[in-house]
Amino acid sequence: MNVTLTVNGEQHRLTIEPRVTLLDALREYLGKGGSKKGCDHGQCGACTVLIDGQRVYSCLALAIMQEGKKIVTIEGLATGNTLHPVQAAFIENDGFQCGYCTPGQICATVALIEEVERGCASAVTPELHHPPVLAELSEGEIKERLSGNLCRCSAYNGIIAAVQQVIGQQPPSPLATVMVSESKDNKVS
Amino acid sequence: MNNFTYVRATTLSDAVNQALTDRKSTFIAGGTNLVDRLKVFLDEPSQLIDISRLPMQSIETLADGSLRLGALVSNTAVADNREIRCNYPLLARAILSGASQQIRNMATVGGNLLQRTRCPYYYDTAFPCNKRRPGTGCPAITGINRNHAILGASEDCVAVHPSDMCVALAALDAVVEVVSPQGKRQIPLADFHRLPGNMPQLDTNLQLGELITGVILPPLSFGKSGVYLKIRDRASYSFALISVAAAVNLQGEQIQDVRLALGGVAHKPWRATDAEAFLVGKSANAANFTEAADIALHSAQPLPHNGYKVELAKRAIRRALTVSAQGGGIV
Repeated sequence: MNVTLTVNGEQHRLTIEPRVTLLDALREYLGKGGSKKGCDHGQCGACTVLIDGQRVYSCLALAIMQEGKKIVTIEGLATGNTLHPVQAAFIENDGFQCGYCTPGQICATVALIEEVERGCASAVTPELHHPPVLAELSEGEIKERLSGNLCRCSAYNGIIAAVQQVIGQQPPSPLATVMVSESKDNKVS
Repeated sequence: MNNFTYVRATTLSDAVNQALTDRKSTFIAGGTNLVDRLKVFLDEPSQLIDISRLPMQSIETLADGSLRLGALVSNTAVADNREIRCNYPLLARAILSGASQQIRNMATVGGNLLQRTRCPYYYDTAFPCNKRRPGTGCPAITGINRNHAILGASEDCVAVHPSDMCVALAALDAVVEVVSPQGKRQIPLADFHRLPGNMPQLDTNLQLGELITGVILPPLSFGKSGVYLKIRDRASYSFALISVAAAVNLQGEQIQDVRLALGGVAHKPWRATDAEAFLVGKSANAANFTEAADIALHSAQPLPHNGYKVELAKRAIRRALTVSAQGGGIV
């Protein structure tokens, strides 16, 4: 079947079988290998992209259903040679080791920021009526809101520091974060 | 995945007619569970009928004060809705406790009702499974059954329903609206899902060609006190071992009304009606909550590996009732 996908502002006309996922369409038909295939079952988050501004798992979306929607992948975040602030923050804070989950982590973080700005609550938000603003987004909130993205290298402390930096908080160094989060986690649970 | 055909439905009647024309076809909306099942050949439809663009995308207040959720409203949009946060916080909490933000953005109200069990024996086509292939047997009963049912199971199936949203809907006396060529009908949530019995291949009482159009939440004067407690192996993005939706209506110390539903225990969201009946008119205290929890689990029949669920469920019930009786909030 024919479908026109709008990816990072460009339209691409494809002829694909209906069973092709958006992830496979991006990687195998459009040559956009940034979005990664980790589990291919919506459990790891490496395939996370934005559709109409919302983060989704592209491995669980069929490409044929995305006609007319605005798809943004990791390749579409930078402006020319200038990295997206989230990309820059991941580099500055060692928010990765092997890098395989990173495109998904970064796309998820871009969406996370927008979700907080529009008042989305999370499972750990104490008051549903008062969802946190970016300046007061706790480490527990960041962890919960990024729980759909796994990092097998376990670079989570750097990832959280990157999120804190990009939302204007003062992250401790990733090394310090290890110790801080361990003491906090003990209190929370 | 098998190589199905694809059609985008333009109207509701177009969608149901397509489904009746090709009886091996399947509706798709968010697709988060269906596409996953397609990948492992649990479902092999001849055709996917894309209903995702049909006009069932809004949340509206009805004349009698009920709230109607369109079948295609995303899980995220339900949890973020101001009315739901205010009057049905246990539903917002249940949804937020489930899956991840990515899944909640894709998944719909109707699809959440229709998601299938994550029993690993159902998912692994190397094993027999009465739900997947009726009559082949249930390896979970003699296998690793730590996550399986303790209430309402049968000799043919011990799978549990995976949804958090549906546990909240059970507590809220929600009603499922469906449409078919014969017209519309309403199914109380309690009658929507089935116990396995000797037909575990059927999760719901939907008939061929019926399409979910919405879910109605009746007004609940004490909805603000509602809580949702979910207990799982890891802190986030995991299915419930046990979950409890509870709402207590207190007059002084006396319980006027109460709602109690459990997840992770049965083939369907489990409404604990006997425990509710016991609590009405009683004082809201630890002894009565303890007895209510005992009543709720009275008929539990644990398997070799999931005996822990009985005590865990009792404690979760006590905690959820206690927090709700104090006015609700995060459990």
